[in-house]
Amino acid sequence: MFVTSVLVVGGFLVSIPFIWMILSSFKSEREARTMPPTFWPQEFTFEHYINLFQNLNFGTYFTNTMIIVLFAMLGLLFNTMAGYGFAKFNFKGKEIVFLGVLATMMIPAQVSMIPVYLLLNQMSLTNTMAGIILPGLIAAFNIFLIRQFMTTIPNDLIESARIDGAKEFRIFFQIILPLSKPVLAVQAILTFVGAWNSFLWPLIVANDQALYTLSVGLALLQGQHSSSFALQMAGATVMVIPVLILFIFVQRYIVEGFNTTGIK
Amino acid sequence: MFIGPAVLLLIAFSFIPILISLLISFTDMNLIGLRNWDMVDTVGLENFIALFQDPLFHTAIFNTLVYVSIGVPLVIICSLGVALLLNYMTSKLFTFFRVLFYVPSITNIVAIAVVWGFLYNMDVGLFNFILNSLGLGKVPWLEHPFIAKISLIILAVWKGIGINMLIYLAALQSIPKSFYEAADMDGANKFQKLRYITIPSLSYATFFVTVTTLIGWLQFFEEPFVMTGGGPLDGTMSMALFIYERGFQYNEFGYAAAASLILFVFIIVATLIQFTFNKSKEN
Repeated sequence: MFVTSVLVVGGFLVSIPFIWMILSSFKSEREARTMPPTFWPQEFTFEHYINLFQNLNFGTYFTNTMIIVLFAMLGLLFNTMAGYGFAKFNFKGKEIVFLGVLATMMIPAQVSMIPVYLLLNQMSLTNTMAGIILPGLIAAFNIFLIRQFMTTIPNDLIESARIDGAKEFRIFFQIILPLSKPVLAVQAILTFVGAWNSFLWPLIVANDQALYTLSVGLALLQGQHSSSFALQMAGATVMVIPVLILFIFVQRYIVEGFNTTGIK
Repeated sequence: MFIGPAVLLLIAFSFIPILISLLISFTDMNLIGLRNWDMVDTVGLENFIALFQDPLFHTAIFNTLVYVSIGVPLVIICSLGVALLLNYMTSKLFTFFRVLFYVPSITNIVAIAVVWGFLYNMDVGLFNFILNSLGLGKVPWLEHPFIAKISLIILAVWKGIGINMLIYLAALQSIPKSFYEAADMDGANKFQKLRYITIPSLSYATFFVTVTTLIGWLQFFEEPFVMTGGGPLDGTMSMALFIYERGFQYNEFGYAAAASLILFVFIIVATLIQFTFNKSKEN
């Protein structure tokens, strides 16, 4: 009983920002800034949402964000292939290459940010979609987790498929991938969330509004319409709700994934 | 064949950049140098010497240490606390509250900044309204150099509980039930069980959480970047924000690269201390 009440109070405190965000986004601008504040919107309005998509380019930002999400999934495929390669193939220098992959996890983002920008500038990729997407495709941490999982797949399975005459890529797509569903589910969700939320890199690389992502657009909104609270809340809601809904449906896979990663 | 694409991309966007970073930290690389490489001069250790004399960099280091020393213990205590409480729950409510506490950590930082900026607003914000109705005065959440640091820490702890809580939950569920049964036979009370069974069994999880949280807080960036821009009076400026501003607002790439290498040294040292500390504990 005590535990439940502590959790209820804690849970309420934790969710205040979200409750406040959603409720405020339906208030009129005047109501959002009245003192004392109203809890439930007195005049319920969708005007801020309509405004976002009709006048403030949120449609374009949404499309850009989805493109990044799509390519992040391609990156996940590369990560998975690499994880499989490291787990199941022997080749010269494998250990050293793998150590190198792990070493990249230690480097803070701020260290590589400037050189990557200079590199992209040299390749004339700044202010392009490719420049936004390329540096984020590969994540050493994903490769590591996927490799850990793939080592548990029995070698005999792959051997017998080879004897049956299956080509390497066919083995990968038809045997390995279906067997790896749990770890792939977690990776896919986390990759989606990461790409959906990507902010700093698009902000650095993109100068053109047509390339902005949702979060960059929202930051812009915060700067230009700093006094329209209800409009900002609507923007934040558009940003948060899709991830929230997705997460509620798939959260149990994430938890299972954590339980299988071996952090015990 | 399978590792090819990933390794190529990693070399291009992780390995080469580290080398470039090291190289340009000894140059006066800036926006002019970006257009014309002939204008870039080697300046030796000048960037590093200038950094050690730069008062803003000192402030950034000081603030980062404040963030780390308050934020890291708070995150660990809160996420362990929530995990322990959740572990007592029945299944339905358990899932509900687990989602509730995890959600802040997957939501977008800009959206969070927008919402919390509204809550922290001095005149029309919810927090000051609540304090007012309790008969307390207004708090200048983001307007005072020190309070602003605390405000950002509160926000970051709120955001940081989720993932660490999951790690703790996974660890808690792997403690064998027989440990507790044995303790029950010996007549141990709840507190003793927590002190002598649960906490020690979680030592690896705590180590993992400490190292990752510590590294994360040393790179504290997004919260000050989107909430305060480092202000007021540089009160929330962190090392990572300093690097970003120098690099991408003033375009002093060489100077910023030097600062980023110093941050890297901080991270390595902190991680090594953690590992030695953990080793000596195991022995």
